[in-house]
Amino acid sequence: MSVYDQVSATRGRQGGRISAAAGYLAANPATAICFGVLLLFVLMAVFAPLIAGDPVKIDPAQRLTGPSASAYWGRDHLGRDVFARAVYGSRMSLLVGFSVAAIATVFGVAIGIYAGMSRIGGAIAMRLVDAMMAIPAILLAIAFAALMDAGILTVIIAISIPEIPRMVRLVRSVVLGVRQQPYVAAAISIGTGGLPLVWRHILPNTLGPVLVQATYACASAIITSAVLSFLGVGTSPEVPSWGGMMADARSFFRIHPELMVYPGVLLSLLVLVVNVLGDRLSDALDPRKMVRGSV
Amino acid sequence: MLGYVLGRLLAAIPIFILVAIFIFSLVHLTPGDPAVLLAGDNANPQQVEKIRERLHLDEPLIVQFGIWAGNALQFDLGESIYSNKPVTQLIAQRIQPTFVLAAVTLFLTVAIAVPLGVIAAWRANGWIDRGIMAFAVLGFSVPVFVIAYLLVYFFAVSLRWFPVQGYKPLSNGLLTTLHSVTLPSIALALVFAALIARVTRAAMLEALSENFTRTARAKGLGTFRILVIHALKSAGIPVITVIGIGFATLVGGVVVTESVFNIPGIGRLTVDAITRRDYPVVQGVILFFSALLILINLLIDLSYALFDPRVKG
Amino acid sequence: MNDMTSRTPDSDMVLEVENLSLEFADRDKVTYALDAVSFSVGEGEIVSLVGESGCGKSVTAMTIMGLLPKHGARVTSGSALLRGRDLLQTSEREMRRMRGDRIGMIFQDPMTSLNPVHTVGMQISETIRKHRRVSRGAAEKRALEMLDLVRIPDAASRLGAYPHELSGGMRQRVMIAMALACDPELLIADEPTTALDVTVQAQVLDLIADLRRDIGMSVILITHDLGVVAGVADRMMVMYAGRIVEQGPTEKLFADPAHGYTAGLMRSLPGVNARMRDELREIPGSVPRLDRKIEGCVFAPRCEFSSETCLAPLPQAQERAQGHWTRCIHANAVCEAMSDNDIVRAWA
Repeated sequence: MSVYDQVSATRGRQGGRISAAAGYLAANPATAICFGVLLLFVLMAVFAPLIAGDPVKIDPAQRLTGPSASAYWGRDHLGRDVFARAVYGSRMSLLVGFSVAAIATVFGVAIGIYAGMSRIGGAIAMRLVDAMMAIPAILLAIAFAALMDAGILTVIIAISIPEIPRMVRLVRSVVLGVRQQPYVAAAISIGTGGLPLVWRHILPNTLGPVLVQATYACASAIITSAVLSFLGVGTSPEVPSWGGMMADARSFFRIHPELMVYPGVLLSLLVLVVNVLGDRLSDALDPRKMVRGSV
Repeated sequence: MLGYVLGRLLAAIPIFILVAIFIFSLVHLTPGDPAVLLAGDNANPQQVEKIRERLHLDEPLIVQFGIWAGNALQFDLGESIYSNKPVTQLIAQRIQPTFVLAAVTLFLTVAIAVPLGVIAAWRANGWIDRGIMAFAVLGFSVPVFVIAYLLVYFFAVSLRWFPVQGYKPLSNGLLTTLHSVTLPSIALALVFAALIARVTRAAMLEALSENFTRTARAKGLGTFRILVIHALKSAGIPVITVIGIGFATLVGGVVVTESVFNIPGIGRLTVDAITRRDYPVVQGVILFFSALLILINLLIDLSYALFDPRVKG
Repeated sequence: MNDMTSRTPDSDMVLEVENLSLEFADRDKVTYALDAVSFSVGEGEIVSLVGESGCGKSVTAMTIMGLLPKHGARVTSGSALLRGRDLLQTSEREMRRMRGDRIGMIFQDPMTSLNPVHTVGMQISETIRKHRRVSRGAAEKRALEMLDLVRIPDAASRLGAYPHELSGGMRQRVMIAMALACDPELLIADEPTTALDVTVQAQVLDLIADLRRDIGMSVILITHDLGVVAGVADRMMVMYAGRIVEQGPTEKLFADPAHGYTAGLMRSLPGVNARMRDELREIPGSVPRLDRKIEGCVFAPRCEFSSETCLAPLPQAQERAQGHWTRCIHANAVCEAMSDNDIVRAWA
């Protein structure tokens, strides 16, 4: 096989691997269910105004009333519609989750590839990564969120910052591994350099692990954002968020535990579904599985 | 061996320096006058000027960093804006509850997670394995404060077996203290254990597929011995590494849990400080936690030699 | 199917394997790994299972030891009698008692076959304490004796050593010490010298031969190296694609190879008098897939002596000389063609 053939054969291999993984995923009922649930959450967030009432309107006269026609899950201590707040709360979680995953991916991949390709730059970058990972992520996120003005953008940035080093570390190790492969040497020998090399050979190999890590980052970000709003950091209290709802419910826990349960269950369910999808993706992309999985 | 220890210590120092720089810059990254920030919302112009002088805020950043770092090394982390007490004192006052909570959590975590991981690997792909892994994903996914409130509802509010909140210091006796931290530790341990169980299982599966396991079977050794004495010890390094990494997450969990259970520990101190914009305390606490994390990971690095005799060289 | 040993179980025989067939099942894929394997091992005998990688020699050993995974590996026929007791019908609990005690096994790569996190002494002692009710001190004493037996210099200080602190040859000796610690009747050595240097190989093989002489141990030596067989085995069984195609006393086989595959193996070795520019003769083609049952001679497609009749079901094995059996119907042609082979001439 000529060098050209070898090089193009491996590119084909990447595409084959991803579609085989997709097939593997689709076949499994647990995965399909999780994906379905995730889709439901997304739909809930997108179509919130159509599904629920006003999440912000205060109605002190009706504080802590039970389920009714106008408020399916009752009202909280300020008379707000709990169901509406829960539905709108999904917007915050999903937005933060996906944004953080996206930001961590973009920056993590860019810096990670650079760190993998450049010896000196890589060494420096890894020291910085180690240092950032020495600071507990939550504290970092809380500190950033507190320093900047309140708002969802703040929250997204604050949570992204500790996630980026994690991604950088992962991408760099993938890049280092890929660089040692013979087809990379083959590509370099036929004159592929720099950017095209990265684009055609290195980047495709990072997609699998990055996708898995991005999924976990999304789940982690959803939890962290809930913690932030639970602690009262980051967004203003009227903005509906599951963490905030749980913080509000604290004082009434004994008499109205359901105020805690609704957001808690939704939060747990969403994170669970995302984590399971991440696990499944990880299994599907496992090169060892491929030998058995391919038909 | 000594060389190995020194080597790891030296490697940790630049990281610590970077962390310190990073934490120091936090305050200076914010838009606005640092002196105003550090003086607090209620300060009048004279107080702001006093702060500016005392903290040398007019000097070039490097000098400021040098002074701050120098003080920090002497355990002077400045004073709280809110209470005017030295930050170090505030931390020292609150170490006990956090430490006890962390210690109990760690113990519970290892006691739950490692056996579960070993069993899951032993019965890989069977229903026990699936069950344990399902529990692990749940523990991993349900946020710690959700678990905490679940526990509180069932065991504190309904059954009244444990206090809903609060912490009893060790001066009240060990058992009382343990009783007061039971629910929060369980909540934290469940989350941490989920992570450790997964990794233990993976590391055990690796070890069980190694050739030396085949040899152990060929010698007729019993299941327990093969699993624990041979495979688990060999799997020790990845497991303990993850425990070290998991500490960072544990810190986050401690912060939240202390808030939920009203435990007067460092986590609570942090949250209060942040909401009150008490920057010196925030800086001090983050520095403290980071130093702790670096130390713990150093200890874990050093423990590798216990597990794998090849490491000493 | 036909076998090549006597039919009545002989209790002088340490091990008698008769008509052993094994399948691997993975979802819907079936691999017919072993087909009617039969051989025996007498007291104090060193017999060798020879063949290329993948021919089923290790699988045979693992089946005898009961070390194959329970799901996926299925014995479809046959027996393996250890002093009259069928190992294939023995419960796992009983087998665990016998492994390390009545049968010892050593493997190819001593570095990965020893646990790197435990000392050598511990790994030997634990076998002893598992099978014999002795104190820790007594077990250590015995471990020391074993290290001496396998000629490890300065044995006392080696007890506390870790595997990575020993050389490859020493590690393999430790494996042997471990396997023999409880005085087994049978030692199965799966490619014991493959991972070692040539000089060390010789030492380990000498050790095995000496042990056989000194303590009357029986050995099944699994290898793909004819040189190893020639040096130390009393009898050899040539395996190909899960079947034994020829077996008999070593001298007889080398002097009178009676199967196309054996001939091919011997031909592919450079003779002593070979010149640099002589080409190595390889066996053309490749090993067949074992996903379906094969009628007739498995080797026929690659054999230069084969004919149409080779593809039809084979007759019983023929005995060419005392104890020398072959399944090849063209044995005579093979023998004649090989008469000018260097090896054959050296052994005739």
